[in-house]
Amino acid sequence: MINIWEVNETNQMIEQENLDVRTITLGISLMDCIDSDLDKLNENIYNKITTVAKDLVKTGQEIENEYCIPIVNKRISVTPIALVGSAACKTSEDFVTIAKTLDRAAKAVGVNFLGGYSALVSKGMTTQDELLIRSIPEALAQTEFVCSSVNVGSTKTGINMDAVKLLGEVINETALVSADQAVNGCAKLVVFCNAPDDNPFMAGAFHGVTEADAIINVGVSGPGVMRKTLESVRGENFEVLCETIKKTAFKITRVGQLVAQEASRRLGIPFGIIDLSLAPTPAIGDSVADILEEIGLEYAGAPGTTAALALLNDQVKKGGVMASSYVGGLSGAFIPVSEDQGMIKAAEIGALTLEKLEAMTCVCSVGLDMIAIPGDTKSTTISGIIADEMAIGMVNQKTTAVRIIPCPGKKVGDTVEFGGLLGYAPIMPVNPYSCDAFINRGGRIPAPIHSFKN
Amino acid sequence: MENAKNKTIITVLGKDTVGIIAKVCTYLSEHGINVLDISQTIVSGYFNMMMIVDMSKSSVPFAQCAEDLNRIGEEIGVAIKCQKEEIFEKMHRI
Repeated sequence: MINIWEVNETNQMIEQENLDVRTITLGISLMDCIDSDLDKLNENIYNKITTVAKDLVKTGQEIENEYCIPIVNKRISVTPIALVGSAACKTSEDFVTIAKTLDRAAKAVGVNFLGGYSALVSKGMTTQDELLIRSIPEALAQTEFVCSSVNVGSTKTGINMDAVKLLGEVINETALVSADQAVNGCAKLVVFCNAPDDNPFMAGAFHGVTEADAIINVGVSGPGVMRKTLESVRGENFEVLCETIKKTAFKITRVGQLVAQEASRRLGIPFGIIDLSLAPTPAIGDSVADILEEIGLEYAGAPGTTAALALLNDQVKKGGVMASSYVGGLSGAFIPVSEDQGMIKAAEIGALTLEKLEAMTCVCSVGLDMIAIPGDTKSTTISGIIADEMAIGMVNQKTTAVRIIPCPGKKVGDTVEFGGLLGYAPIMPVNPYSCDAFINRGGRIPAPIHSFKN
Repeated sequence: MENAKNKTIITVLGKDTVGIIAKVCTYLSEHGINVLDISQTIVSGYFNMMMIVDMSKSSVPFAQCAEDLNRIGEEIGVAIKCQKEEIFEKMHRI
């Protein structure tokens, strides 16, 4: 039988160390909504989402109350809209009407984000893919809850450099168009290499075409719990450190597994995967950078950071995999800058640079995330940053992503506020040298060879 | 396993005063909730109690019970929390 110490340990994790389930994300296929008439398509989409997801928020709240575990976000991901809209949309404006429909549906069911305003263009773009990508700035400026992502590369296909070039321009335009909005549109736009079909985390969630009609995916969190546990093994060797991380990851993931099973049972929708990620929030103590410091670094970004992060990421997976039968999504440690107080601090004092972050993305779960850069950064430079990150993903057979935020009118040293879970960030310096000629070549980078591993 | 589904953990945390257990147990008995186990400690002057109860014959739904106990807690100045047992089982048992 459960004893009082175990109960206290769990409740202390929840009450004092910010243990929560970060998101229940309901993936919904919109394939059956496809129609060549735009109005009919919009109507179908609205009806499907508001029908399938009508009990999502209520069910989430019931589970929260019964286990006293906060479920911070209830979200929806849908089939990439470039596919869904391709029969009906003749212009970028047509795609924006779908974004508005998604926004209305999200509002109606009470979720706080809806992902899937996406295009999968890792090898080539259809006309509709390109129209959707060009519509992203307007779509994000005119909606509140819609998130967008574009997959521009994969290990199997190489990198679509035309899309990379276009997205550099789209990101700058998104920042300009949404300059007067509460949230910079770029915070809702992710560029991927090897994007997973079942990622529950925003802004990059979409419901892949390989998925069932509807599916429940759950993202767990818990950097605060991890840091607190590691306090008890200060000065111990790596074996002890790794064991401790694994055990803690196991406990965190089991809570996610429970919530996922319950949500699945109550909603009558199959359980997909647990994404066992350490996802930080701006709350003090709920930070991946703090874990790195606890492992033994003065600040995140100090020499040793990449090794510490590699170790952390691997042990989190090893512990988490045993706690759930189905693990997927992005699983690992997230290193967003603006959403992590310790990362913000490290960036502010200069311990953490864009280049070091890039190195860290080789061993962490995703990529360059929530990084604010000066508003006058050239589009080709942004494309260059994206291309570098995509290359890391392509060669290392992992998911990488870029969510970078040019801040119009801001210079290095300024701070920008994104609000809520998105936090705030110092504007980070970008390497000033040009990559124009490289980006302007056009075409695609071929898939890498899968032998001769060096 | 059917039984385990109805097991709920009630925790009480706060300043020690006369009659905490009595008040909670009175409520539970009035609503057909059976107490399976009680353990308690005092941690630096604070009263810390855990009860394992069986709600299979409860006359009130879980949400109502949690709300009522929360209110009783507020009246006597302690925090009372109701949680289904699975969250602890999952976390601490393989």
